[in-house]
Amino acid sequence: MKVGVLALQGAFARHAQVLVALGAAPVEVRCPVDLADVDAMVLPGGESTTMSMLLDSSGLRQPVADRLAKGMPTFGTCAGMILLATRLADGRYDQRSFGAIDLDVRRNGYGRQIDSFEKDLVVAGLDETFHGVFIRAPVVDRVGDDVEVLATVDEAPVLCLQGTVMVSSFHPEMSGDTRIHARFLDLAFDH
Amino acid sequence: MNDVTKATGTQLVKRGLAEMLKGGVIMDVVDPAQARIAEDAGASAVMALERVPADIRRDGGVARMSDPEMIEGIKEAVTIPVMAKARIGHFAEAQILQSLGVDYVDESEVLTPADEAHHIDKWAFTVPFVCGATNLGEALRRISEGACMIRSKGEAGTGNIVEAVRHLRSIIGDIRKVTQADEAELFDWAKRLQSPLPLVQEVAETGELPVPMFCAGGIATPADASLVMQLGAQAVFVGSGIFKSDDPAPRARAIVEATTNFADPAMLSKVSRGLGDAMPGLELGSLETRLADRGW
Repeated sequence: MKVGVLALQGAFARHAQVLVALGAAPVEVRCPVDLADVDAMVLPGGESTTMSMLLDSSGLRQPVADRLAKGMPTFGTCAGMILLATRLADGRYDQRSFGAIDLDVRRNGYGRQIDSFEKDLVVAGLDETFHGVFIRAPVVDRVGDDVEVLATVDEAPVLCLQGTVMVSSFHPEMSGDTRIHARFLDLAFDH
Repeated sequence: MNDVTKATGTQLVKRGLAEMLKGGVIMDVVDPAQARIAEDAGASAVMALERVPADIRRDGGVARMSDPEMIEGIKEAVTIPVMAKARIGHFAEAQILQSLGVDYVDESEVLTPADEAHHIDKWAFTVPFVCGATNLGEALRRISEGACMIRSKGEAGTGNIVEAVRHLRSIIGDIRKVTQADEAELFDWAKRLQSPLPLVQEVAETGELPVPMFCAGGIATPADASLVMQLGAQAVFVGSGIFKSDDPAPRARAIVEATTNFADPAMLSKVSRGLGDAMPGLELGSLETRLADRGW
């Protein structure tokens, strides 16, 4: 399966490594033609303001929105979660999100870098805990009725699923554990 | 945060922020207005300092950590990570920066060194550190002291890319050689690099530094950003190159787009157009002070 990894800025190479380890074929996406034959997509961590600017300048925003509207399986981590959410608090006035999953998120909701943390998470559907790496992570303030919450920290959702869109406020690509990516690929295969 | 199930200040979390900054541009800014221009242009982080390196070079004298009030003003102006510089070895400045909540501390040769033998013990901090390096040995010594990101030094404030290229080629060239060495030769490499053997062995095994490697010092144009990214840098720092140019906002944006599309010459030619004059450059031979020589 060809999985596009948005490669405008951020930790895209790490995601590509995990996808290769799971037997998928990652494709770096920097312009609209790169999207043409991908079956699924990953929006990585990084700076959401930077990616948002580059989504416009690259001409990718509309094609990505179109593919999301057609149900392309998509996984967003951290900044990727911000880009996929419905509403954004504490972002920039001009920042726009795709509204592909019914969540309100708050940027840097856990604080600054000195508050970034690691924590073992209980994840619905996984037998053993998953080591979550949270880096200047966003906080989910509101969860829509159709969203399934798969993991929480202090009662706030950190891994969510709605239809073919999965998001995490932590970085599964950083923990050397492929189970969450594997779950996303299962979702994409079933689609 | 007293929750014992949450671990803060770990290597993974510190190096993780550097991972998130890959493929981006970190811009030097001296006030909140510049910080907003940088964020508008797509900077992935800003470096808060009182004078850009070109001005530090021109003014001479002792360059120190910036005024905390100025750093706080920049923190409030933007949502992206804010970095700030401490003098080499000046752990008290670094403690102050950590208490201010900056996201990364740059133990920087651009400021006047405070210690002629010792760098900061960076393991003692929760905030992550970036340090400059001119060669592989220097990079590994900084990593052994706890640095979580390395930037090739280049020669800051010159608008001249030649030193950045020299340092990147030196680091990456030696990494390539180390990966070809056999086990016995690695002992000799550790001795020659004046670096801890386990780090040399790690480089030999993985073919890369244990932490992300960015490039700094002399980047003034989109083509400069492309050059260093093609040579193997994973992101770029632009110091004087933006706010000492004719028209900072479009140049900042062009350098951001060039860093993303570094391997696409058609895109580079598009973003390089009509940017006005780049910062005035300096020949290396004309310099009184080589900032890159600072650090041990």
